[in-house]
Formats: sequence, C-alpha cells, structure tokens
Amino acid sequence: MIALLLPNWIGGHTAYLAHGTQAAHIADLWWLMFWVCSAVFVAVMVALGVAITRPPRESGAPGAIPPERRARMSRVVAGAVGVTVLILFVLLFASVSTGRAIESLRTSKAITIRLTGHQWWWEVEYKDPVPARTVQTANEIHIPAGQPVRIELASADVIHSFWVPSLHGKRDLIPGHESAIWIQADRPGVYRGACAEFCGHQHAHMGLLVIADPPAQYAAWYAGQLQTPPPPANALLQHGRQVVESAPCAVCHNIQGTQASGRLGPDLTHLASRRTIAAATLPNTPGNLGGWIVDPQTIKPGNQMPANSLTSEDLEAVLAYLESLK
Amino acid sequence: MSIMRRARGLVFVSCAVAGLALAGCPREARKFHSLPADNVRPEPVRLVSLQPGEPRSKQAAGGPYEGNAWAINQGERLYEQYNCVGCHFHGGGGIGPPLMDEQWIYGGSGQNIHDTIVQGRPNGMPSYGGHVPDDQIWMITAYVRTLSGQVPKPERPTRSDELFPHPSEQAMPAKGEKTQKASHPG
Repeated sequence: MIALLLPNWIGGHTAYLAHGTQAAHIADLWWLMFWVCSAVFVAVMVALGVAITRPPRESGAPGAIPPERRARMSRVVAGAVGVTVLILFVLLFASVSTGRAIESLRTSKAITIRLTGHQWWWEVEYKDPVPARTVQTANEIHIPAGQPVRIELASADVIHSFWVPSLHGKRDLIPGHESAIWIQADRPGVYRGACAEFCGHQHAHMGLLVIADPPAQYAAWYAGQLQTPPPPANALLQHGRQVVESAPCAVCHNIQGTQASGRLGPDLTHLASRRTIAAATLPNTPGNLGGWIVDPQTIKPGNQMPANSLTSEDLEAVLAYLESLK
Repeated sequence: MSIMRRARGLVFVSCAVAGLALAGCPREARKFHSLPADNVRPEPVRLVSLQPGEPRSKQAAGGPYEGNAWAINQGERLYEQYNCVGCHFHGGGGIGPPLMDEQWIYGGSGQNIHDTIVQGRPNGMPSYGGHVPDDQIWMITAYVRTLSGQVPKPERPTRSDELFPHPSEQAMPAKGEKTQKASHPG
C-alpha cells in the first residue's frame, strides 16, 4: 500500500490523486479491481495453504474417490466457476460504465486547444474562429477550472501520447490521424502531464503542465497571451532583441511582433510567463535558460536545438530580453 | 633685373623644398625572393574541375558527416524544415537548380556545397552563414550529396515519397478518392 501511494508524495504525477471527474471514475475502477483481485488472491492462497497442510488421505487404490466426496468436489468447482464468472461480469459492467461516464463529458461551446506532439515538446494552439484571437504557446496549457475542454491531438513526427494522470487517461497522438480528448479539472491547480508513448531519445523529458485557473484568472491569462510584447524598453533589451533576430534563434522560433518568425521550435512570444523550459524539464529561471541556450545538448541530448556560441554580452542581453517577454 | 633675380631665387627655394620633400619618400618595397614556405598553400576549394596541366589530387569529397547515416537523416529533416525544398524541391529543382543530377554550378564537393549554403550564390541562393549553425549546414551538405547518389546506399535515407511518379503502395487514398492501380508498368 505504501509503495502504491508513494507517487503521491513525489511530484504529484499520479493517477491515485484524481482532480478531474474522469480521473475520479478511472481511479474508482482501479480501486474496485484492486480490491476484488486482492480478495481473489487471498482466497486462492488460503485454499492452497489448506490443501498443502491437510493430512494425506487414507491409503487406497489411486484414483479411487468415494462417490460422496466426488460430488462435493464437483459442487466446490462449480461454485468457484460461478463466482469467477460473476466477478468478471461485475468488472465488465464497471469497465463499460466507466468508459461511458468518461466519454459523456462534452459540451457544444467549449474551449478547443490543438496539441501537436513534436520530438520532444508540445505545441499548443488555442483555436478561435477569429484568427487574431488564436494563441500559440508550448508545453503549458491553461484551462478554466470546472469546465470541460476539448483537446485536439496531432503529431508532427512520431506517435506520442497525451497523459495527465490527475485528469484523465491516455490518448495517443498519431501522425496523419486526428483525434480529440475532453478533459476537465474540478479545482484550480497545476497538473503535470507527460508523453506516455516511447517517442525517441528524450521521451522521458517530454512533459507538460496543465494549469487550471479560476475562470476569471483564465480570461486574464488569455487576454495577456493575445497581446504582442511591447517594444524593448532600454538599450540592453533592444540589443537582446537584435541578437535574437539575427542569430540562429529566429530561424526556428517565433516571437510575435519581431522578425523572429520560425515555426520549428516552441513559440517564445510569452516565454517569461511560462513556468518551465525544455518541455517541463527545468524551471524557467535565467540561469537555466542561459545554460539551455548555450548548451542544450548536455541537458537534453539529441534534442533539436543546436548549441549557440554567443559572447557573454550578447547572452546577457538575450536573457534580459527573453525574461521581458511576459 | 630685380624681378628676374627674385624669380630665380623663388625657383631655387621651391626646388630645394621639393627636393627635401622627395627625399622623404621611401621607395616602394619590391620582394624578389619568395621563400619556399610562402608558396605552400592549403589545397584550395575548387569550384571547377578544369585545371592547367595535370590535375592535382582531388580534395576529399565529403565533409565531416560523410558516411554518417544519422547525420544524413538529420540533414534531410533540416532540408525540409529550413525550406530548402521551397526552391530546390526534393532534389528535382524548380526555382533553384536541381540537386539530384551530376551538374554542379559551384562544385559538388562537400566543401563546395557547404560554402554555397554559407555564402549564398548569385541569382537567388540566400546566404545562411550565421543564421544556421555550421554543424547543421554540414548535415544538410551530407544529405544534399546523397540526392545525386554520391554516397554509398547503406548510408542514404530512403528516397522520399515526394519523388515517386505515383503514390506509394502503402499510401492511403485521399478521402473520396477511389483506389486505382498505377497505370505504368513496373
């Protein structure tokens, strides 16, 4: 039991602590199966122990079982088979009803988020009929607490799998195949998710955060994401922006309102508002960001960000600029 | 008379000044002896194969990633992602020259292709030096050399689907389109 509950204390990445309706259904099913199977296991072990410790039968011809004893054995076996069938039907019913309950969560007017898996990060796009109101971000999904949210899943390269254990089960992201999943967080909080399908070298470092905000706070966050970052306020930030635009950064990354308009890497328009960098691998601090820019291959070997040799003045300016992108 | 004398004096003074000024001009240095060490040059990057006399030894054809299958695959990815396909297509050429034939306007060695990407070329090839890390340029170079079959087959990535004259056999038909067999033999 302690071993089962251990993940509760290490990072909150656990299916036992359900914070969404669907995860609660899944957890209920899990505990039902756990206790039923535990009871069956104990019963089988007890029967085995009894059979082993029982004194041997009186000698007689091998295979000669008295008729009344044979009848009792038949009744026991038939009873055990009956109980097994009953248990299996109970589990079948529980499984089907859990599946139905999970799938019933959907509304007509929900926020739609398009999540695209890349090796090894998550591209996030908030869809909106008005193009100017779409929002691009990465590795962090904000959702309003208590509302169902539709997440469309796609992959840019290989099969990934979206899994936020506290909110829902897994759903694969398959190249060339569109799928969708509905999630709901019942209360505000930060829920860690991860890629749950082996997708290459840095599969283990492909995390994401789902941040459930109270609806008003979510609306404020969304309004902030729609803003183009203000122009650099001082010479240092100006220099940082100029370096970002001319260095290799701009070829892969997009920063709204600048010449950096690459689409290969995560969108950096509001980088400083995110909690982590490198797909929930490191906290978003200036030190980590600097180390990541200069030598990403030590932190996540094999990832697609190349090392950048910047002079210390340039790096300082770039960090100051990126930290200003709230 | 006094005017003549004064003029003569003026000429004398100006000549003297000019002479003094000229004396300050050093003679341009001429180097008659070139030491043997001055003539040792690293093998140049040749853009053409035409050479006077007997051709010198060919320079190493590839680059640092020649024969490295992983780097070649990375190069293929970058070739798509950095939009080389936008002009050169998948090697067949379109806006830019084809890369899958044996003609190279600016040389087909690894160093040539690398330099072409770094420096850019007239009539439309942009200069990517400094915008794309040099390491990645060498990966793209390694891939570009596979397009024209200059690399042994085991190292090459499979030919991309875009180059096939008909959809690959395992490709799913587009929605609403009936499956039909390729009409040409083979």
